[in-house]
Amino acid sequence: MPQPSPSPARVIPIRPVPAESSAEPRTVSLYQKHRKIYPRSVQGWFAHWRWLMVWTTQAVFYGLPWLPWNGRAAVLFDLAARRFYIFDLVLYPQDFIYLTGILVLCAYALFFFTALGGRLWCGYACPQTVYTEIFLWVEHRIEGERGARMKFDAGPWDAHKIARKTAKHAVWVAIGLWTGFTFVGYFTPIRTLWAEAFTLDFGPWEWFWVNFYGLATYGNAGFLREQVCKYMCPYARFQSAMFDRDTLIVGYDAKRGDPRGTRGRGTDLAAAKLGHCIDCGLCVHVCPVGIDIRDGLQYECIACTACIDACNGVMDKMKYSRGLIRYDTQNGQDQGLDRAGPLRRVLRPRVLIYGTVLLLIAAGLVTSLALRPTLKVDVVRDRTTLARIVQQGRIENVYRLQLMNATEQVQRYRIGVQGLPGVQLAQAAELEVLPAQARWMTLAVQMPPQSAQVLGPGSHPIRFEVAATGHDTTHVSERSTFLIPR
Amino acid sequence: MSDFFSSGWSVYVAVATVLSLAACLALLLIAARRRVMAGDNTTGHVWDEDLRELNNPLPRWWMWLFVLTLVFSAGYLVLYPGLGSMRGELDWSSLAQHQAEQARASADTAPLYAAFAATPVPELARNPQAMAIGERLFANNCATCHGADARGSKGFPSLADADWLWGGTPEQITATITQGRQGMMPPMAAAVGNAEEVREVANYVLSLSGSPHNGIAAQLGRAKFAACAACHGPAGKGNPLLGAPNLTDDVWLHGWGEEAVIAMVNKGKTNVMPAHGTRFTAPQIHVLAAYVWGLSRPAAAP
Repeated sequence: MPQPSPSPARVIPIRPVPAESSAEPRTVSLYQKHRKIYPRSVQGWFAHWRWLMVWTTQAVFYGLPWLPWNGRAAVLFDLAARRFYIFDLVLYPQDFIYLTGILVLCAYALFFFTALGGRLWCGYACPQTVYTEIFLWVEHRIEGERGARMKFDAGPWDAHKIARKTAKHAVWVAIGLWTGFTFVGYFTPIRTLWAEAFTLDFGPWEWFWVNFYGLATYGNAGFLREQVCKYMCPYARFQSAMFDRDTLIVGYDAKRGDPRGTRGRGTDLAAAKLGHCIDCGLCVHVCPVGIDIRDGLQYECIACTACIDACNGVMDKMKYSRGLIRYDTQNGQDQGLDRAGPLRRVLRPRVLIYGTVLLLIAAGLVTSLALRPTLKVDVVRDRTTLARIVQQGRIENVYRLQLMNATEQVQRYRIGVQGLPGVQLAQAAELEVLPAQARWMTLAVQMPPQSAQVLGPGSHPIRFEVAATGHDTTHVSERSTFLIPR
Repeated sequence: MSDFFSSGWSVYVAVATVLSLAACLALLLIAARRRVMAGDNTTGHVWDEDLRELNNPLPRWWMWLFVLTLVFSAGYLVLYPGLGSMRGELDWSSLAQHQAEQARASADTAPLYAAFAATPVPELARNPQAMAIGERLFANNCATCHGADARGSKGFPSLADADWLWGGTPEQITATITQGRQGMMPPMAAAVGNAEEVREVANYVLSLSGSPHNGIAAQLGRAKFAACAACHGPAGKGNPLLGAPNLTDDVWLHGWGEEAVIAMVNKGKTNVMPAHGTRFTAPQIHVLAAYVWGLSRPAAAP
C-alpha cells in the first residue's frame, strides 16, 4: 500500500511504490501475480443510486426481449431475414446510418457527462460495474463479508469450503447463462428460444453465443472484475482528455482530514494535532479497484463512490460533518470553494460544446427517424438492353424496382414515372408487398417518338414516384435515367 | 500446382514463420525478468528533469494470454496450411470447403427440385414457389440478353409473345436452353436478283404482315419470294425446325421497315443463343423452361 502523505495543492503526486526492503538494485518480474480484491459491502446514499441503476439497466436488458409488441418481441434483431424491429420501427440493413447516429450520440453523451460529472458511466452504468456488483452480492451472501471471505480463501479445502464455493460458482454460472440466453434472445425470438431450451434444441450458433456470452459474463464479473477497467478498457484511459479542473471527481479532503490517526470519541483535535480522518481504512476496504482514495485522483478510480458512503458512515459515528471524501472538483478542493462553487462553473466551453453537439445530433436523429418514409425503393435499370423501339416507334426502357415495405401491414403501392414529356409506364403498375418484406417487379417505361426527337439521343433523368394506396400516405421519389438510342 | 516457382521459397517462408514464433517466445522470456532499481521501484531512467520510468507490472495472466497465442499459432500451423506450402494435417482447403458447402446446398434443395422435375411444365408454371426460383434464374442468367421483362431487344427475341422462332412447346424450350440455337439467314441478294428486285421482295415481305409498303413493288416481288420460301415457307409462315421466322406477324427482330428488310436480304445474319446445358442442372432447366413457357401465357401464371 502506498504510504499516506499530505496532498499538495496543485499537483497529483506520483508516488513510487516503495520496495519492501533494500535500496540495492535487484531483478524483479515485470509481471505480477494478481492480488484478489475483497471489497467490503457498503450502505449509503450513493449505494442506493448504484443499486437503482443495477435494477434499471438489468430490468431493461433482461426484460425487453420478453415485451410483446405487434405480435412479436418489442426489440428483435432478425439477422437471418435482415430485419431489425425496435418497437414500431422496422429497419432494413440500409438503415444502418441510424445505428451510426446512435453510436455518435452515445459517444457525445459519454463526453458530455464525463466533462460534467467524471466517470459517471464507469461508476453506475457500465455493464462491467453492474455485473461485478451483482456477482459481489452473490459472493457476499454465500461466503460472507470481506474479512470472512479473506479467511475463507486462506483456509483449507474442507467439505464446507467446497460446498460454499460450488454453490457460489453455480449461482454465477446460472446468472451468466441467463445473461447469455437473454443476449441471444435479442436475435432469436426469446419465447421460441425458451421453448428450445427445455429440449436443448438450440441451433449451433445459439449454442455458441449463449455459452460464449455466459462464459464472458462469468469470467468478467467473477474473476477479471477491476482488471478489465485497469488493463483492458480503452475508455478508462482516454477519459482524462475530457476532464478538466472543474470536472466532478471523488476526492479526499486532505486539508480537513490530515494528519490522520486513531482517537477516542470526543478527543480534542487541536490538542491531539489530528485531522478528521481516523485512519480506519474503511474507504480502502470498500474500494472495488483496490486503491486508497486518500492518495488523490488515480486512473484506477471508477468513481463508484463506495468510499464516500463508507466515510460518511464513519463521520456520522464520530459526530463530524459528512463529506471528508466527497464529490468535488479539483478547483473546488484547491481553492476551498463551497458546495455550490462547482455548480457555478458548470457552463464551461467544453461542457457547452459537448452539450450543443449532443442536442443537435439527438434532434437530427429523432427528426429523421420521425420523418423517414416507411417505404424504400431501389431502381435498377436493365444494363444490357439499353433501349428498344416498340409499336408506333415508341422508345422503351426496362427497369427492375425493388419495393421494401417498412411497415407491419400489407401495403399496395402505385408506381408512376415523371420527369420527361410524354414519358409513361407501358402498363399501369401496382404491387402488393407483404409486411416487412421486399419485392421485385419489372417495369417498362415508354416515350412517344415525337418527344424522343425533341430530347435527342442520350441519357435523360426521370423519376419513379411510388406511393402507398390506402390510408398510409408514404410517398417516395427515386431517380433514374431514360436512354434514347441514336 | 505449387504456389511458388521454386520450393526454396516455401522453405524460406516456413523458416521465417518458425523463427518469428521463436523470437516472440524469446522476447517474452527476456522481458519477463528485468533489472529494476529497487530503491524507488523505477528503472532509474530520469529525463526532462523529473520524469521517471516506473515499474507498473502487468498481471501475470496477461503473459499467459501471450503464451496461449503462441500455442495457438503452433497448433494452427500443424492443422491448417500456413507453414510455407505445407497443407496441414487436416488437409483443409477453401476450394474443398466451398465444394462441400455446395454439395450440402444441392442435397438440401434436391427433394424440392425432384418434385419440380416430376411436374409437367404447364402445371409447374402455376407453382408460385417454382416460378419465384425461375424468376431468379432468369434474372441472373437470361435477362442479360432477353431483358428483365423477357421482351428482348433488337437481335434478342422476346420470350413474352406468342412468336417462337424454334417452337414454344415445353420440349422445344427445354432443348433451346440446353443446347442453344444458331439461326442463320444466308445473304440472298444473288438468288433474288438486282437491287430493284431485292426492294420488290422486301416490299412483298412487308405486305405479308400488313406493314406499310409499296403495293406495286410488293406485287412484283411476289414471284421472287420463291427464293425465300425454302426456309420461310411459301406463305411466309416460317419454319421452327430451321429457326426461320414467321414473316406474316408484325414482329421485327432485326429491324422494321423497308431498309432493314433489304439489308437482311443482302447481308443475311447469324444469330446465336448459347447452350446452357452445362450451366444448370436438368431440374433447373425444367424450372426455367416452365418460367419461359409461362411468360407468353399469362393465363397460366400463378
